[in-house]
Amino acid sequence: MTYDLIIVGGGIQGVATAYELAKRGAGKILLLEKTILTGGSTGSCAAGIRAQFGSEFNVRLMARSLEIFEHMDEELGYSKEYLELWQGGYLVLAYSDKEFEGLKRNAEVQHRFGLDTVILSPEEVQKEFPRVNVDGVVGATYHGRDGHADPFRVTFAYADAARKLGVDIREWTPVSEILVENGKVRGVKLEDGSKIFADRVLVSAGAWTTALLKTAGVDLPLWGEKHEILITEPWERVLGPMVISFSRGFYIQQRPHGSFIMGLPPVDPEHWYEPEEFDFSSSMDFLMRMTKEATHVLPFLRGVNVVRQWAGLYEMTPDHHHAIGPVDEVEGLWVAAGGSGHGFMFGPAMAEQLSKWMTGNPMDIDLAPLAPGRFKKGVLVVEPAVVG
Amino acid sequence: MNEENIIVCRCEDITLKQLKEAIKDGYDSWDKLKRYLRIGMGPCGGKTCKLLVLRELAMVKNVPISNLYVRKTVVRPPVRSVPFKALEKEASL
Repeated sequence: MTYDLIIVGGGIQGVATAYELAKRGAGKILLLEKTILTGGSTGSCAAGIRAQFGSEFNVRLMARSLEIFEHMDEELGYSKEYLELWQGGYLVLAYSDKEFEGLKRNAEVQHRFGLDTVILSPEEVQKEFPRVNVDGVVGATYHGRDGHADPFRVTFAYADAARKLGVDIREWTPVSEILVENGKVRGVKLEDGSKIFADRVLVSAGAWTTALLKTAGVDLPLWGEKHEILITEPWERVLGPMVISFSRGFYIQQRPHGSFIMGLPPVDPEHWYEPEEFDFSSSMDFLMRMTKEATHVLPFLRGVNVVRQWAGLYEMTPDHHHAIGPVDEVEGLWVAAGGSGHGFMFGPAMAEQLSKWMTGNPMDIDLAPLAPGRFKKGVLVVEPAVVG
Repeated sequence: MNEENIIVCRCEDITLKQLKEAIKDGYDSWDKLKRYLRIGMGPCGGKTCKLLVLRELAMVKNVPISNLYVRKTVVRPPVRSVPFKALEKEASL
C-alpha cells in the first residue's frame, strides 16, 4: 500500500496536522497510532491553553492558537460546549519582585502581538479573584482569553474532520521502524513486520519520537519527563481563571465540567529517551506537595474531594521549544514533537503552520528556526515562562 | 424499558442510550468511552459502572466480556475520593 504521507502519532499534533494537510490537498494521508487517539501525552495533559508566554515565537503561535480554538466550532463542526472551550483566563502569580519584573516583560511581548494582558497588584488580584489567597504574592498578570479546552474532544473532532477529508486513521498500529533508502525516506515498518510506503513521513509521536527517529539514524535531543497531576470531584463554577505560578510550579483550574485539575512539576526529573524507561505511576509525594500548594493558594479547596491522580510525559527539548520541520539527515522525513509541556495548546497553530510549510505555502509564522537541525547548530530559542 | 431513563454511569449521569450511541459512533472500548463520555472518571473511578459498560460492549460485539480489550490496569490513586483537608496535616509535616 502506498500513501503520499504517513503520520506517526495520534495525539493532537498528528491528528490536527493530518486534518490541516488534507484541507490543503496534500494527497493520500495515513495516520498510524500505537494505541488509541490521545493515548499518549495529549490524553494525560492538563487541558490548559494560554498565550501568556515570554518568547516572541510562543506568544505569536499561541495568539494564533487561541484564535483557532475560538473558531474551532465552525471549523470542525462541533460546538464549543462539546469541545469544552472555556476562556476564564490565566492568572499568573509572582512571588518575588524579580519574578514580577519577568512577568511584566512577558506582558510587553504579549502586548506587541495584540494581546490585552493586564498587570495586577496583589490588592487588585484580591478584588478581582477573592478566592485566591494573595499571601506572599507581589503581583500578577492576567489574560482573559486563556483558559481550557478538552484534549480528548478536540483531538476526536480533528480526527472526525480529517476522516471526512479522506485521511485514513489506524489505531492499534505501532510503527517499529522508519524505512530509509539512499538518504530518502521510503515509508514505515509496522510491529507486525508489514511495510507501508510513502515519500514523506511525519513523526509526531511525542516522547516516543526520539526512539523512532533513531531507527532512521537520526539523533534528536528530545526526552520524556514525568509530570504528575490530579483531578477532583466536580463543583459548581467557583473559580474562573487557571491560577498558576512559574516559581512555585503549581497550576490549578476549574474545568467547564466542574472538576479542579491541578499539577506541580517533579522535583528532580529523570530524562527518558527510551520508551522502555517511561513510568506513569502516581506518587504520594506529589499528592502531598500538591495539597500544600493548592490549599494555600485556594483555601476553599480544603473541602473538595480528590478523585484521581495520574501521570504523563512532558516532551522536553534543550530549549523547551518544539522540534518541528524537516529532518536534515533524511529527505522526506519530518518531525513535529517536543511541546515541552505545551504540545496540546500549541497543537492547532503548529498543525496549521506546519501544513503550510509541508505544502510549500508561505507560513504566517515562520517555523524554520524551530527545525530540529538547530540543536546541532547550537541555535536555541529561549522561553522564560514555563512551569518546571 | 426506556433507555433514556437508565443511568449506567451515575457519577457523570450517562444513560444507557448515550452509551449505546457512543459505541455505535465508534467509541467501542472501555478506554475510548472513558475519554469520550468520561465514564469511569468520576468519584467512583469505574468501580460502579465498569462492569455495566463492559457488559454492553460485550453484547454489541457479541463476544464474552473476557475477550474485550481493556488496557493494562493503571493504578489511579486515591482508592476512594478524599478531601484535601484530610491530607493537609500530613502534607505540612
